[in-house]
Amino acid sequence: MSTRLATGGRLLNTAKPVNFTFNGKQLRGYEGDTLASALLANDQMLMGRSFKYHRPRGVVAAGPEEPNALVNLGREGRFEPNQRVTTTELFDGLEASSQNHWPSLEFDVGAINTHLSKFLPAGFYYKMFMYPRSFWKHVYEPFIRHSAGLGKAPKARDEDTYEHFHAYCDVLIVGGGVAGLEAARTAGRSGARVLLLEQTNHFGGRAPVDGGTVDGKPVDKFVEEILEELSQMENVQLRPRTMGAGVYDHGYVLGYEQLTDHAPAKAGPRHRLWRIRAGHVITATGAIERPLSFAGNDIPGVMLAGAMRDYLVNFGVSVGDRTVLVTNNDNAYLTAIALKHAGLDVPAILDARVLPQDSELVAQARALGIRILMGHAISSVKGGKRVTGVAICSQAGEGAVLEEIACDAVAMSGGWSPVVHLWSHCGGKLRWDSKRACFSPDVDNPPKGADGVGFVTTAGAASGMFPLDDVLHDAHAAADGVMTTLGFKMPRDISAPSATRREEAPLAPVWMMPNGASAKLREKTWLDYQNDVKVSDVRLAAQEGFVSVEHAKRYTTLGMATDQGKLSNINGLATLAGALDAEIPTVGTTTFRPPYHPISIGAIGGGARGATFQPLRRTPMHGWHDANGAEWEPVGQWRRPYAFKRGSESTHDAVMREVKNVRENLGLLDASTLGKIIVKGPDAGRFLDMLYTNMMSTLKPGKCRYGLMCNENGFLIDDGVVARVDEDTWLCHTTTGGAESIHAHMEEWLQTEWWDWQVYVANVTEQYAQIAVVGPNARQALERLGGMDVSKETLGFMDWADGTLGGYPCRVYRISFSGELSYEIAVDASHGQALWDALMALGADLGVMPYGTEALHILRAEKGFIMIGDETDGTVIPQDLGLNWAISKKKEDYLGKRAQARSHMTDPERWQLVGLETTDGSTLPDGAYAVGEGTNDNGQRNTIGRVTSSYHSPNLNKGIAMGLVLHGPDRMGEVISFPGVDGKVYEARIVDPVFYDKDGEKQNV
Amino acid sequence: MLTIHCPNCGVTAEETEFHAHGEAHLKRFGPGSSEDEFEGYLFMRKNPKGVHFERWRHQYGCGKWFHVARCTMTLEVFGSYSAQTVEPPQEIIDAIQDRRPDFAAGPAR
Repeated sequence: MSTRLATGGRLLNTAKPVNFTFNGKQLRGYEGDTLASALLANDQMLMGRSFKYHRPRGVVAAGPEEPNALVNLGREGRFEPNQRVTTTELFDGLEASSQNHWPSLEFDVGAINTHLSKFLPAGFYYKMFMYPRSFWKHVYEPFIRHSAGLGKAPKARDEDTYEHFHAYCDVLIVGGGVAGLEAARTAGRSGARVLLLEQTNHFGGRAPVDGGTVDGKPVDKFVEEILEELSQMENVQLRPRTMGAGVYDHGYVLGYEQLTDHAPAKAGPRHRLWRIRAGHVITATGAIERPLSFAGNDIPGVMLAGAMRDYLVNFGVSVGDRTVLVTNNDNAYLTAIALKHAGLDVPAILDARVLPQDSELVAQARALGIRILMGHAISSVKGGKRVTGVAICSQAGEGAVLEEIACDAVAMSGGWSPVVHLWSHCGGKLRWDSKRACFSPDVDNPPKGADGVGFVTTAGAASGMFPLDDVLHDAHAAADGVMTTLGFKMPRDISAPSATRREEAPLAPVWMMPNGASAKLREKTWLDYQNDVKVSDVRLAAQEGFVSVEHAKRYTTLGMATDQGKLSNINGLATLAGALDAEIPTVGTTTFRPPYHPISIGAIGGGARGATFQPLRRTPMHGWHDANGAEWEPVGQWRRPYAFKRGSESTHDAVMREVKNVRENLGLLDASTLGKIIVKGPDAGRFLDMLYTNMMSTLKPGKCRYGLMCNENGFLIDDGVVARVDEDTWLCHTTTGGAESIHAHMEEWLQTEWWDWQVYVANVTEQYAQIAVVGPNARQALERLGGMDVSKETLGFMDWADGTLGGYPCRVYRISFSGELSYEIAVDASHGQALWDALMALGADLGVMPYGTEALHILRAEKGFIMIGDETDGTVIPQDLGLNWAISKKKEDYLGKRAQARSHMTDPERWQLVGLETTDGSTLPDGAYAVGEGTNDNGQRNTIGRVTSSYHSPNLNKGIAMGLVLHGPDRMGEVISFPGVDGKVYEARIVDPVFYDKDGEKQNV
Repeated sequence: MLTIHCPNCGVTAEETEFHAHGEAHLKRFGPGSSEDEFEGYLFMRKNPKGVHFERWRHQYGCGKWFHVARCTMTLEVFGSYSAQTVEPPQEIIDAIQDRRPDFAAGPAR
């Protein structure tokens, strides 16, 4: 059984017990524990079930590489699935539960899959979807949906907050082990700004666990002293609990700081995303131990040798009373030696190598009385939910069992792989180090920055340097080299600290144990624990032609789990290389992509959530609308009233009332959101003639003209009324959504094409509040305000004038988007609310009512006026909309003119704008397609048109619509069919798009 | 995320402050141009693996347009220069050739 030793651990504070629960069971650990060490201390070896076969699984690692032990943490607004027990710090009241099983962790019905494994081979998703077709929806999809995903998605809204933090430094060091600390000290001496990130809550990494001395002192003492030295350097900042998540272009790095995961009661944000720009990045990210591939290597109790050492030394946890060590290298002997020193039993060390003579560590182990079997391997591990023993064989053979050894734990080591993720994220290349059997950074091909020079350097184990002395020298040299390259003055008199050296025998690459393992053994030999990918799966993929490592990965799902193959990738590609009879470096690795370890979505979102997700633009009358029944409609970043509801009135009724009232009495529209762009300069007229399809340079001061704007593709992008202010100044109204993009469009042409033209443009949209006063009583209302002559004679249709109304300096445009007598009054934004209040008060007996955007839409549709975004969709040209009258024939050029001459644009088959009226008075579904004769290649009805706008008109008391129809204007009176998605077929007659007041008498009064 | 230098306001900032707008130094063809000329202007774009001249706008800064010479493969930036020019200036060509001796400055299309 696994238990806590009386000796304690170097990270443990046994004076402070901590209570937590696992699957509802009350358990106790200590301050300093991870959830993994605390569970092990309580003999909870079984921690989860695997993804595909629901195999019982225990913890196998001690860090972020852990593939098995994922749990649900917390509850409700703080519930989170797939949390690694190895990176979860224990706190009082922690609630964890295991996942991916039913009904319980101990007894899981899904484990039947392990017996069905013959039917769930590599690529079974793809294979099962082949046939029969009827099974897709009713059998396969429910099955896959049920089995997909490990944890369950949280249902409650996240209670926590998150934030972003921008940081700049000369050198960023990722990793606070001895290499990172030595690099920080070296870099810090130059006076440069140094930032060091460490993913755990303690510094020093694994070196103190492995022991040895630095400059004659124990490693722990060295770490203590260097931390003290760094704390004295004002230019050096250390951040624990902060992971270097990803390295991106030009020295951009994301850090992920966990602020309150270990102390949920603490105030403040839970996670902080560091957005770092570094002059240079040093990755001191260490190395990860590789498992060995033998049958039963996933049974709870089989663990990485280094992890077992970590649990023992750091947390005083014994994983088992009797541990068999299986290895291909010297380093793992440290585990056997440490176990022995802790008074635990190590019945045997199975070393796949045959060494000519004992190296230092082998001799030490032998001296402790441990039985060492050279050239030996595990044939299979015995046990179900817990290791009970190992059957041993010779590594060279096919697995014939020589002997069975009873044990309750197995420590395995296949050697170490440098953590090259951050080096590789932005294009750093790797080379195969055959001596250490690992991929390490190819220093000649680093990721390159804006200046074409490498901006990432590795230090220590991340460089592929494993002995402590090499680690420290490499880190010192890396930092020294980086600072010198960056141009900092380095003190010349300081050299790297020296550590004890050990003579180690070389590692022997072992990718299959035993070497000639039978098919039966290979089917029980796991590569990717989390996704249940076995040696047999990778070999099958190779056999079926998935020879590229990227293809084999996706076919088998090797390395695609939440651990992204930190343990499995090298073993997997070595297996693939073996199956293909190719060299490992020719097979290559899959692409390393950020983040290194999963980060929370909350951290990525940061503060951009709820009201702060996007800025909200408010007109000066926003508050009044809100207080007067406005139902809001988002229009870009603005909110516009859709309708103003009265009492218990429905939205539809409110809209109908508003529309009728505008036609009969008086309506007020907040038109402040419409874009207002000043175009000024000696060449302003010439410029506007290029921008609009019609002529703006001939417009007289005091007059308005409706204009259309196209892009160079010829498509209509915006429309609006242009007013000429004076000899060299025009004011262009744009759509609400178009103000910023049209302003940018103008700037683009002025800056990049006609840069010698003397024109200024300014977007003054928010400087003005604009109120449309609309309806038969509009003139009377303005007269009551007083101060200006607004008579037909003085201010005719499409005139504008400056003046004062009700004491407010204003500009009045006599323009109409409704077909009614209409004035748009622009005042300083600060006067908007006062003018609105004045109009509401004096209009009371004139039947004044505010109206919203839906009424505006219906009013314009009754008049056959187009709306950008309804009648246009980026593929419509003005000629499609019967707007030829607004296209100048005299001008040599305007944006879009050449495109409108292309054959497709002049095609008479282009659908044209018409009005549509249902034969029964109902309202056509918006967006419905009209069907014609025959079918297309897919057997679908041919379409001959579509509805672009459709409303119920309260004035005409019937449905009215506009649409684009093939040969539409030539088919007046014809009835065409629109099948609706509701199954009903709507019959509509093609009519003139102007439904109301065809002669425009009402607006010209 | 790239770092970009705006030659108009002198700021070097994160890519998120800017917006890329594709190939630089296009010659506009309007009414009267041939179908081929117009197609080339409107649709045909270079997509080199290597040195590329691009249009950029300092969208969330000074709002001005400029050009950037950049390597699409290594993301190396050779320099930023005025948008008010029909071809890259000599110092940009020099900066490119300094690091890519094989680079030949072709005629602007």
